[in-house]
Amino acid sequence: MRFYEYESRRLVEAAGIPVTDYGFAQTAEEARKIAQEIGGPTVIKSQVLSGGRMKAGGVQFADTPDEAARHAEAILQLEIGGHMPRGVLVDPKAQVKQEYYASVVWDGTAKKPLLLFSDMGGVDIEEVAEHHPEHVGRGHFSNLLPFSDFQAKQVIAAAGVTGRELTRLTPILARLAGLFQDRDMTLAEINPLAQLEDGSFVALDAHMEMEDEARPRQKAVLAELGIADDDVREVHEPSPFETKVGAVDAADHRGVIQGKDTGFHGNLGLVIGAGGGSLTLTDAVRSHGGDPANYSEIGGNPSVAKACGLAKAVLEKDGVEKLAVMMSIVSNTRVDIVARGVIKACLELGKEPSETIAIFRIPGAWEEEGFKILERYGIDYCDRSISMHEAARRAVASFQEDPAEAEAEAARP
Amino acid sequence: MAGIFIDVEVSDDVRGDCELAKKLQEACPVDIYAAAQEGVEVVEQNLDECILCGLCVETAPPGGVRVLKLYDGGAALER
Amino acid sequence: MSILIDEDTTFIVQGITGREAVNLTRECLDYGSKIVGGVTPGRKGREVHGVPVFDTVEQVVEHNGGRVPDGSVVTVPPAFTKDAVLEAIENGIKLVVIVTERIPRRDVAQMVELAGMRGARIIGPNCLGLVVPGVAKMGGIGGPARNTAQAYQTGSVGVMSRSGGMTTEISSTLTAAGLGVSTAISIGGDAIIGSTYAELMPLYEADEQTEAIVIYTEPGGRMEAQLAEWRIENDSRLPIVAFMAGRFMDDEEMKGMSFGHAGTIVEGKEDTATEKIARLESAGIPVVERIDAIPDAVKQQLSSPRNES
Repeated sequence: MRFYEYESRRLVEAAGIPVTDYGFAQTAEEARKIAQEIGGPTVIKSQVLSGGRMKAGGVQFADTPDEAARHAEAILQLEIGGHMPRGVLVDPKAQVKQEYYASVVWDGTAKKPLLLFSDMGGVDIEEVAEHHPEHVGRGHFSNLLPFSDFQAKQVIAAAGVTGRELTRLTPILARLAGLFQDRDMTLAEINPLAQLEDGSFVALDAHMEMEDEARPRQKAVLAELGIADDDVREVHEPSPFETKVGAVDAADHRGVIQGKDTGFHGNLGLVIGAGGGSLTLTDAVRSHGGDPANYSEIGGNPSVAKACGLAKAVLEKDGVEKLAVMMSIVSNTRVDIVARGVIKACLELGKEPSETIAIFRIPGAWEEEGFKILERYGIDYCDRSISMHEAARRAVASFQEDPAEAEAEAARP
Repeated sequence: MAGIFIDVEVSDDVRGDCELAKKLQEACPVDIYAAAQEGVEVVEQNLDECILCGLCVETAPPGGVRVLKLYDGGAALER
Repeated sequence: MSILIDEDTTFIVQGITGREAVNLTRECLDYGSKIVGGVTPGRKGREVHGVPVFDTVEQVVEHNGGRVPDGSVVTVPPAFTKDAVLEAIENGIKLVVIVTERIPRRDVAQMVELAGMRGARIIGPNCLGLVVPGVAKMGGIGGPARNTAQAYQTGSVGVMSRSGGMTTEISSTLTAAGLGVSTAISIGGDAIIGSTYAELMPLYEADEQTEAIVIYTEPGGRMEAQLAEWRIENDSRLPIVAFMAGRFMDDEEMKGMSFGHAGTIVEGKEDTATEKIARLESAGIPVVERIDAIPDAVKQQLSSPRNES
């Protein structure tokens, strides 16, 4: 989960890294007050969970409290990347001598945290790494042994920094490494890490992301920041469909279902599973010219009610007339239970199952029983001898009005 | 009322057996049986969740409980 | 022959009294695997399908006359997994299969680092384990013994997959095509896993039964790039065929969204499907678009002159 900048700064501050005397405001009036207290030029920054704030006009400079309030007013109403801001951060305009960069990320290949540092801060680190590799220092550190200052020094020195700067930066990087580990971060970034005219260092911006899986054990920290359990911070705001499927899943502990439709605009409803199978089948449908209305995942042997709930949510989406029910060979989820669920969904919505379910391809556990049910309702089904791609092709073909033309269309490479 | 896919028949001989009702309630993993004051009660809304484990058939005396697969011409789990 | 496990491999199940673990134990025993004990703290003295349950791994070792089991399948809740895995490794177990999902990365990294120090190997987390067709399986892979037998027949192809379910789908396709499977491994769907493709390749390389490798891959992470580098740097005798799922995630609208597995999320330029396909292909690893195209691609690789030379 991603933190807002004002939250990230609090985390950084709590870890003992200096920050500016900033304030968080949710109204223009609050922003004016904070600017007054700061008593000089300020920067007004949109608190939004998407990048590209600067370009979108979400960062403005103000010389007076009135100007700060005016900017805050505008920024609070400015949507950036599909997100409305949570508020604005009012920051004293710092007298910066030089901007540095520091971050910690996971390296999945080394399976260790990676500490990154550059004396060229304020810009995209990937670009610096590409064009000025000699200005980037990096080093892995252990997950079992405690972090030691020399590891920070090595990384700072590798970027070509020495002297007073090196000794002053060392504890900051060491604390950032500690913050990354203690708080289960997946990204802990300070950019820019600014050296002010008086030689001191402050974090001018911070970007922190915490691993969702670690939220239970970081409860105290999240509570301190006022972040509720249901504040999930998805990249996109959940759609009505996503909310509905989430509620069906939460209502019953048996099995797991997921549904997403952000970025999907088609009319073919997908009731598919499990993790890898869903990815494969979504691709397969699209490769045959099909346009999915959604993405979904069934796993862990859900109840009939849960499978039914997912199928209903998909069928209730605007423009969805048919469902394709498909999975890779199942060993835990039961074919007959899923068959019952999707048929039940059709019946409860007053739809004819044989006309609504374009194809049913789930081979595996309890398939004999499942196929009996499908036969009873006249549903087109297939076993493992029909590949996932062929099943997807049939689903897409069933959409075309002229079956012969559809066959020809689908057969085209 | 039966489910869409599954129905259970509890014979008149055992319907009023409160001891059996408790055992059935414990045995069924999907809560199709409830122990009511009058004996065995069938929870209709859970019928379609039946996983065909046969535990209820085993728990009841022979002929006491039959599980019917409505999609399979009424084929039954019974003993 | 096979890799990692064979007919003599003994293992334990940590968390054996859990609902899924009870199933998995039954399935493995039915398939012929040798489960020599189970551990659930506080449940010493019970039995699960005839397997004695203990409070600690140390007790299992004592019970077995001091013989340390070869492996452990760990299926305990995420908050307790690290402790269970550390317990297995510190008691001398050398192969740990972690079934549990949703374990924080810091814990996974700690387990992996300790395993490296002690010469142990971790498969997973978030995986279904591994199977040597007709010999043994370690984990829920393939489901009940009967279903496992149906999908997995012994043969020449090593399978590694980030998806547990797709390990079976691919193996079933290879079985139906008459190629069969040597050892199939569900390597896990998380961002950090104990054993990556490239880290397992030397084992397959040394296994006479294995003549080709099939991998199932997804967007997210650098595991495929690592395999491509391995392939370029090593003069491997084994041709590799890859299948890439999740191509739709390359759409701009999908950026930053996670699908399927925890590790399946496009975060940078290098971890898109398109980029990975290009990397694999430039390393001589063909990437097929359909599961049912895998057997022919394998046969073609096996008969290509490049491979014979």
